[in-house]
Parts: sequence; C-alpha cells; structure tokens
Amino acid sequence: MHRPTLTQPTQSASRIAQLFRRGDHWLWLCGGALGLTVLLITGLLLLVVANGFTYFWPYKITAVDRADGTKLMGVVTATQPAVKETPAQTQLRVGNRELNNFDFIWVPTVQLTNFHQPPDAVQIERQENGDFIGFLQRVEVKGQTVASGDAAWTKLHELQPGARALAAQAKAIQRDGIGAVNARMQRAKLRLRSAQLKAPTGAAIDPLLKASVETEVAALQSDYDKLRAVSGELVARSIEAQAVLRTIDGQEKTIPLASIVRAFRPNTMSLVEKFGHYLSRAADFVTGEPRESNTEGGVFPAIFGTVMMTLIMSVVVTPFGVIAAFYLREYAKQGLIVRLVRIAINNLAGVPSIVFGVFGLGFFVYFVGGGIDQVFFPERLPAPTFGTGGILWASLTLALLTVPVVIVATEESIAAVPRGAREGSLALGASKFQTIFNIVLPASVPGILTGVILAMARGAGEVAPLMITGVVKLAPELPLDGSYPFFHLDRKFMHLGFHIYDVGFQSPNIEAAKPMVFTTTLLLISIVVFLNLFAIGLRDRIRRKYQTGAF
Amino acid sequence: MPGREAARPAATALPPKIRVRGLDLFYGAKQALHAVALDIAEKKVTAFIGPSGCGKSTLLRCFNRMNDLVDGVRIRGEVLLGGQDIHAPNLDVIELRKRVGMVFQKSNPFPKSIYENVAYGLRVAGVSQKAALDGVVEKSLRGAALWDEVKDRLHESALGLSGGQQQRLCIARAVAVEPDVILMDEPCSALDPIATAKVEELIHELKKQFTIVIVTHNMQQAARCSDQTAFFYLGKLIEYAETRTIFMNPANAQTEAYVSGRFG
Repeated sequence: MHRPTLTQPTQSASRIAQLFRRGDHWLWLCGGALGLTVLLITGLLLLVVANGFTYFWPYKITAVDRADGTKLMGVVTATQPAVKETPAQTQLRVGNRELNNFDFIWVPTVQLTNFHQPPDAVQIERQENGDFIGFLQRVEVKGQTVASGDAAWTKLHELQPGARALAAQAKAIQRDGIGAVNARMQRAKLRLRSAQLKAPTGAAIDPLLKASVETEVAALQSDYDKLRAVSGELVARSIEAQAVLRTIDGQEKTIPLASIVRAFRPNTMSLVEKFGHYLSRAADFVTGEPRESNTEGGVFPAIFGTVMMTLIMSVVVTPFGVIAAFYLREYAKQGLIVRLVRIAINNLAGVPSIVFGVFGLGFFVYFVGGGIDQVFFPERLPAPTFGTGGILWASLTLALLTVPVVIVATEESIAAVPRGAREGSLALGASKFQTIFNIVLPASVPGILTGVILAMARGAGEVAPLMITGVVKLAPELPLDGSYPFFHLDRKFMHLGFHIYDVGFQSPNIEAAKPMVFTTTLLLISIVVFLNLFAIGLRDRIRRKYQTGAF
Repeated sequence: MPGREAARPAATALPPKIRVRGLDLFYGAKQALHAVALDIAEKKVTAFIGPSGCGKSTLLRCFNRMNDLVDGVRIRGEVLLGGQDIHAPNLDVIELRKRVGMVFQKSNPFPKSIYENVAYGLRVAGVSQKAALDGVVEKSLRGAALWDEVKDRLHESALGLSGGQQQRLCIARAVAVEPDVILMDEPCSALDPIATAKVEELIHELKKQFTIVIVTHNMQQAARCSDQTAFFYLGKLIEYAETRTIFMNPANAQTEAYVSGRFG
C-alpha cells in the first residue's frame, strides 16, 4: 500500500484542498485587507507630507516671451499635457496681484519662447497683496535715492530690519498699550453702569463715584491720545525708506521697506541659502500670525487654540467619564436600566458631531452662558460675555462628544483588574470605596489614559461643532495672555481644522492657498500625534509601575 | 440526622473559635454546601481536604463573608465566630474581616511597595503615624519570616519578590491587622517545594497566636501541618477528626479511599 511521505503532499491537485484546509485563504484575505488599509493611510500621509513640506521652498523664477510680444515672469507651478483640442498649458505664478488682479496664469505652452532665469530677478514677500516678482531699481529714503543698481540690493537688506522694527514697535503700542488703555476705560465705564443698575430706580448715583470715574476716563483719554501720537509717528518713520521696483513689463512699483517680510533672489541662491530661507519661513509659519485673510503668514493662534481647547476638553472629560464608568461598573445595580444606559452611551458616540454642536449652542452658549451673563455681567448687556461662542463652550461641547469613549475604555479597564487584588484588599478590612480608590483606580489608570488618548485624537480633529460654538476665522486675541485674569475662557479662538476649511474653501485666492492647506493639515496631524505620544508616554510609565511581576 | 449534630474531634482544650451549624449554601439554584456543621478549635490548624468542587473553599470563604461578592449566593444556617453570628444584620463586615484574615491561592500583593503592602490593612483602618506603622510592619514581616530577606528593600515594589516571598508577604499583610483567625485557601498550590516548606514552617509558628484554617489539595501537607482535618465530598462534610485519625484510621470508607489516593 502506498503511503504519502510526511514532507510531500501526495498530488499537486490536492494542494488547493490543503490550502483551504489550513485556512490559508482567510489568512491571505486578512493580510490583504490590512495591507490595503496601511497603503491607503501611507498614501494619504505621503500626499500631505510631500505637498506640505514643499510650501516654503524658494523655486527659481523664469522669464518668458509670449507670442503677442508681452513678457511674463514668475515661478512655473504646473504643466498640463495636451488633451484633445486643448493644447498643452503651463501655469505660472506671476504674483503682483495689485497690478494684474491675479497671482496665477495658465498659458498655452506653444505661445511661450525664450525661457530663461534672470539672475537679478527679485521675489518679495510682502505684508499685503501677496508676492512681488520683478527687478529692484533703487532704494529711496524720504524720496531721495540712496542706492541704485547692485548697491540697492545691499542697501535694501541694510535698511529693512530697522524699518521692520519701527513698524513692529508701532504695532505693539497699538495692540498692548492702546489695548490696555481701552480695557481700563471700558472697565471704568462699566463700574458706573453697574452702580446705575444696582441703585434703586430713579435714585441718583453717588456723585463722588461719578466724578472719580469721569476723571479716570479723562486721564485715560489723554493717555490714549499720547499713545496714538507716538504710534503714528513710528508708522510715519517706518515708511520713510522705500524700494522702487520694476515688473518685467516695465511698470514701476514703490514698496515701503517696512512692509517687506523677505526679499530674495531665488535664481542666484545657493542650496544652503535656500535651506536657510526654508527654515526661516517654516519658523514664521509656526510662530507667526496670519496675514491676508489667513492665506499668508503663520498659524500660531490656530495652533494655540487647538492645543488649549484639546487640553481643556481632556481636563473636563476625564473626571466625568471616569466617575460615570465607576458608578456604572461598581455601584449601579446591574439590570435593565444599566443595560439601557450602556446602549445609550454607545449610541451617543455615533451621533453626528454637528448635532452636538447645535446642542452646545443651545445649552451651553445660550442657556448657561446667557444665565451667567444675567447674573455676573449685567452691566455689559446687551453685549454678551459668556452668552456667545467661546473656547470654554467649544471645549465642553467636545467633552460631551468624547465622553462615551472615556466611559467605555474606563469600564473595560475596571473589568480587567484582577479579582485577587480586590479580594485581597477587602479581606484586610478595607471598605468597598477604599478598595476602589486604593486598588482598582490605580490599576485602571493605563486603560483610562487609553480612553483619553482616543478622546483627544477625536476631539482635536473635530471641526463641525466648533464652527457654531466659538471658532472664528481670525481671533484678535489669544484665550491665554498676560492681562488679568489670564485665562479668557469667554474668548473666541482659532483652530487648525477650521483654518484648513477656511483657507482651502473660503479664501478669495484658492490657488495660492492650496499649499498652505497641506501644510496646515500636516501641522494638525503632527499636533495630534504629539499630544498622543505625550499621553502614551505617561501611560507606559504608569503601566510599568503596575505591571505584575514574578512567577 | 447527619450534620445537625456537630462533628467534633475528641480532645479540644479550648472552646471552639468558629462554630458552624446547619450551613446550606446555594449558587443560584445549585446547592454547594449541604447542612455542614463543625467546630474549629482555637489556636489549632484545621485542614479542609477533598476533591475539587467539594465545597471546601466555599466554606472557607463563608467565614469572612467573601461569598457576599458573588452574585446570587444564598446562605442558610449559622456561623458563629467567638459566639457571635456573622450573618447577623447589624454585623459590620469590615470589622469581621479585620478579625478573620485571608491568604489566597494565588499570591496577590498590591502593586505597591513591600512596606505599603503590609501597612495597607492599618492604613485603611485609619492608622497613619509612621512610628506605629514601622513597628507593625517589622513585627509582621518577622512574624512571616520575611524580614531578613526584605529589610533592605522595604520601599521597592512587592511585585519584584519571588512567588514564595510574595505569598509570605500576603501572610505578613494578613498578620499585620492582628486577626483572630487566618484563612488560607490553598496557599502553596503555586509554590515550589522549598517555598512550600517555608510556608508550612510559618504555619507552625503562627498557630501559637492564631487560629488557622487551611484548604489544601496536598494530602501530605494536611498531614504535616494540621491538628484537625475535615474531609468534604460533594458539598457534604464526610468526616472530621484529629488529623492522625483521618490519615491512619478513618471511620468512613470514602475518606479512606481519598486519603489513600484511590479516588479524587
């Protein structure tokens, strides 16, 4: 009788059967599904990284002649091959928005001749109107030419920091000095108003108080006028130095040095200079304030708002979720009602986030916030203080949105605490509460943190509910600053997620804003990763402390 | 009627520490203990033996009302500790558990330092003076023959100890609250022979001060360290007598079959 050897399948025909018997087809299916998922995520990240990282790079400026005799100069940003009747096209970023009314132009490639890269082509990043691309003619101070030709380029870099500093000084006075005076004046007036509200109807308010407020207001008014004069003078001095430039088609343009953020000649920059330029722009992006309806400049207020909102949310959601989970798991009588509550919690996680936003607007903003205004800030009404969207309400709304995640994770980690640990504590005469507080809670901290990590990841990326509970396109002040009471939880704030939506879909100059969308996305992803790494590090430290050893 | 009359070994000098009468215990509809009645002598070691599922651990867990934690448990009959009914409605379970300590099958030190493990029972009872705690910790660790091994690392994690040390730490933890009775639920089943020998030695020492009830699967262990032995089978107390009698000259045929290794 023939017996198959152990190492060889008897016939090749039975290989398929063997494969099915071993369950290899399931293995391949599972592996394939995982592979596809990883591929998609990697692709998405690569797309974001590739587009996000190139935003700050100084590309060379190309000058071309058009068939109609005019000339163009700019950065070649895209080319498109011929499709049927449409000829091949080239896209140039020509800048000079105030002269052309556009930044980008598509031109049929056949019309373009004489591609060259003039070494003295200048690109200027400005405070407004986007970039200027052209040639530097001369530098003037108070209308007098101080340098022209090659010397002008050196002179420009020599004078520009001074002019920028003057402008920055003027801005600081406007923002901090005048802002503080305004706030104090407002407070003085509110004192009077509040006294008026408290006084019985018809009764005159204390004349002494009135007089003191009036003197204070007068003094503040004179401070205000002085500061205005100083800042006006600084502004006037800052714009004394100007650069006169010429576009490729011969138009002249005068730009004050104070409004030049950066002037550079990409065609003659070395690689090291280009890297320096790249890093300096990237640093500006992370630490600077937005310009030109958010399409230029930095996103610092949005980073700050995102991080602060996520942290407030975590601080609120963690105790609430943990306490709820402990009650559900340890104290509530297990039965129909608790089962229904659990189902409700799980379903809460599936409610569209905009619904939470609407609830937050109705409950937190109008009901709670409106109530706070009535009780604590009646003198400011009808202008709302807490009765309008703000970072506190947005954070609370997100806390509500993410609390199911924390509850579920906490419940699971409580259930995973070994029975022996509980019994050991109870057998020593500890009460149920002491056992939970001393033994169960510490042991379930890693699981709780897992829930908080998930909640943070979800919360930081959420946009829809924020749009109606406190996020704005441009917030003049940060929700945390040096003026009393430091935490301004009533203030509106900026958020990277909303910034992406706003820049990408609501800005007037979408073509120019596109790279910024990728960069902002990259930044948002990095922040979420960073926050998560922090929480994971914390969790691992605690886990090491409580891991069961020996045996 | 078997069980109504208390089984009691012949010579007991002191009045019984624990007195069990007509104890029935149900897990839901399933009855786990049938009319158990026995007396446990003070400052002696009483061993419960029997095959798995015979109810010996369940009975042990009745003595400090650990079964309260299990859903659907019903108990009938009485358990008296020093004459006091432990199921009385006004009894404070926390006080009961301070008087009846327990050591578990799997050593379960808390994820805290060695010192904090021993001090835990006192801390939850509200003792916080360092001097008092220090004294008790040292005394308990000496009592559990662990002091010399751990005195230099009292503030390191208890989870770094070996299995046998962990179990002795659990004994020290139980001793620290100065109970009257210590219940041991198969305390050596997860230990190697050397660690087991140490724990058995310790049991010998402890019985001078405490009443000990030990559940064990290891017949030699029961023979070595107990004064009285109770044999359980299918939730019933089959025979209860001096350990020597149970092993040398059992009255019941089932007991004889079990201790001689012919079933179980």
